[in-house]
Amino acid sequence: MNPSVQNTGVQTGPTTQAAPGPALTEGGNRAMASTAPDSLMTPADRQAPTAIAVRDLNFYYGTSHALHDISLAFPARSVTGMIGPSGCGKSTLLRVLNRMYDLYPGQRATGEVIFDNQNILAPGIDVNVLRSRVGMVFQKPTPFPMSIYDNIAFGIRLHERVSRSEMDGRVEDALRRVALWAEVQDRLNSSATALSGGQQQRLCIARTIAVRPEVILLDEPTSALDPVSTARIEELLDELKTEFTIAIVTHNMQQAARCADQVAFFYMGRLVEVDSTPRMFTAPKEKQTQDYITGRFG
Amino acid sequence: MTSSSSPSLMRADRSAALLLRRRMMDRLATALSWLAMIVVVCMLGSILWSLLSNGVGGLSLHLFTRSMAPPGQDGGLANAIVGSILQTGLAILLGAPAGLLTGIYLAEYGRTSPLAQAVRFVSDMLLSAPSILVGLFIYMVLVATLGHFSGLAGAVALAILAMPIVVRTTEDMLRLVPVAMREAAIALGAPKWRVILFICLRAARGGVMTGILLAVARVAGETAPLLFTSLGNSEWSLDMGRPMASLPVAIYQYAGSAYQDWMQQAWTGALLVTVGVLIINIVVRVGTRGGRT
Repeated sequence: MNPSVQNTGVQTGPTTQAAPGPALTEGGNRAMASTAPDSLMTPADRQAPTAIAVRDLNFYYGTSHALHDISLAFPARSVTGMIGPSGCGKSTLLRVLNRMYDLYPGQRATGEVIFDNQNILAPGIDVNVLRSRVGMVFQKPTPFPMSIYDNIAFGIRLHERVSRSEMDGRVEDALRRVALWAEVQDRLNSSATALSGGQQQRLCIARTIAVRPEVILLDEPTSALDPVSTARIEELLDELKTEFTIAIVTHNMQQAARCADQVAFFYMGRLVEVDSTPRMFTAPKEKQTQDYITGRFG
Repeated sequence: MTSSSSPSLMRADRSAALLLRRRMMDRLATALSWLAMIVVVCMLGSILWSLLSNGVGGLSLHLFTRSMAPPGQDGGLANAIVGSILQTGLAILLGAPAGLLTGIYLAEYGRTSPLAQAVRFVSDMLLSAPSILVGLFIYMVLVATLGHFSGLAGAVALAILAMPIVVRTTEDMLRLVPVAMREAAIALGAPKWRVILFICLRAARGGVMTGILLAVARVAGETAPLLFTSLGNSEWSLDMGRPMASLPVAIYQYAGSAYQDWMQQAWTGALLVTVGVLIINIVVRVGTRGGRT
């Protein structure tokens, strides 16, 4: 286990050196990423600034030690796939990144999660502001019991005061970005619960990006969807990563291979290996990784 | 298939016997369910039938326009109808918000804390408490201290009966709101009170409304707690500070009398209470149908 931990530690080191950059030079990076689609390959990822840096993270459900010494960097404007067998801690890590675990007494985290030069695990962090900057999409589509329009507007109203016309624009923009506008523009005021599962999940993504976060966390976003809807969400991720940093937990190895720029493999609460997607699937360093991705266990 | 023919013979025999047994049990259970259902529906049907057949005859314009009058003077039930509406309405206005807030506290804040468990226990006790006790309690607290019976005291007694029903249904309905939906709202950066107010209560609104309706239905027909509080009044009165008539008390008074026309009005009054509760139920059910998820 030691070598892999060291390995990730080394990776985290240099990237977090560049961390002070992103908040100030956001526009510049966006331009770079969008003008250079080829840069999705490994070398560019190495140079990408880090959006979130996890350092020596340990997590406990009561007395059960769920995450052990995790150190992992999430490069800005790229997709980090998190894979591993059920119960390996990948969803737990995701729920640390927006402090969702706060809701449940007895769950606690130690270590550091650096986002925008701040340790978000530190006391004094406004979790509601944090969650507006680090959005989350869940496994099951969770439309709110209100109209399609209000589903999107709900999140925006939490953080901003906008005029009616500006709200209309924001709602339309969010729905267009998830390719849902054409399907729902005539029934914005009808209930969101009447949409199909795939539409509901795209609505949930629209709801999340409407708040204008910097990071989007996706917890198995397609596991409840049919293949066509899954393909649409995956296409969507490709577009969204030009603007957002994305972390996606998935049980589907092909999905990780298709969508992610870097892949992290978790096992028994430990980060076994993290590397660029091509290397992870063709030449993993650890035997456990290889066994898992070739389907020998998990 | 053919290779396992010799052992399967025995198994087929056994499974045939088993199958027969299961069929018999199924028939028996179905028959018992039907029987139980028929018994209940018959009782309900006969109550409704006797209400209708005895009550419809007394329906007239006078019933709704004239106040109660001595036997033989062609009185109505107008003051009792209005009194019932006023007292039930005020009771729900007092009891439903209190019950709603308590239910929210129990489901969202207190949960398993000692205080919440104590509140839950007391509320459930109140739910099954004899209503006459509540009437006596309000008699001690409001009637004896103020020195006179009043519609207000009746409404407060009814509110105490309505509250625990709203508490229980609100808590149950809020607990049915999926954790995933709460988390989704919280993940957008919503503070807890907004999640409860705009997401959970909205998701549970059908059930919460049903709970309030149940409370209306329950208190609209209550007689005992009103006997000691609003007393009853044969005059027309909209003053909540004075004794006030109500349908259940009027029915109680008329049904026990020896006069033919009063007894007829008691039947008709009972029919009115039943139909009124039925109408409110249907209206709100249709109104909140879209809200269920």
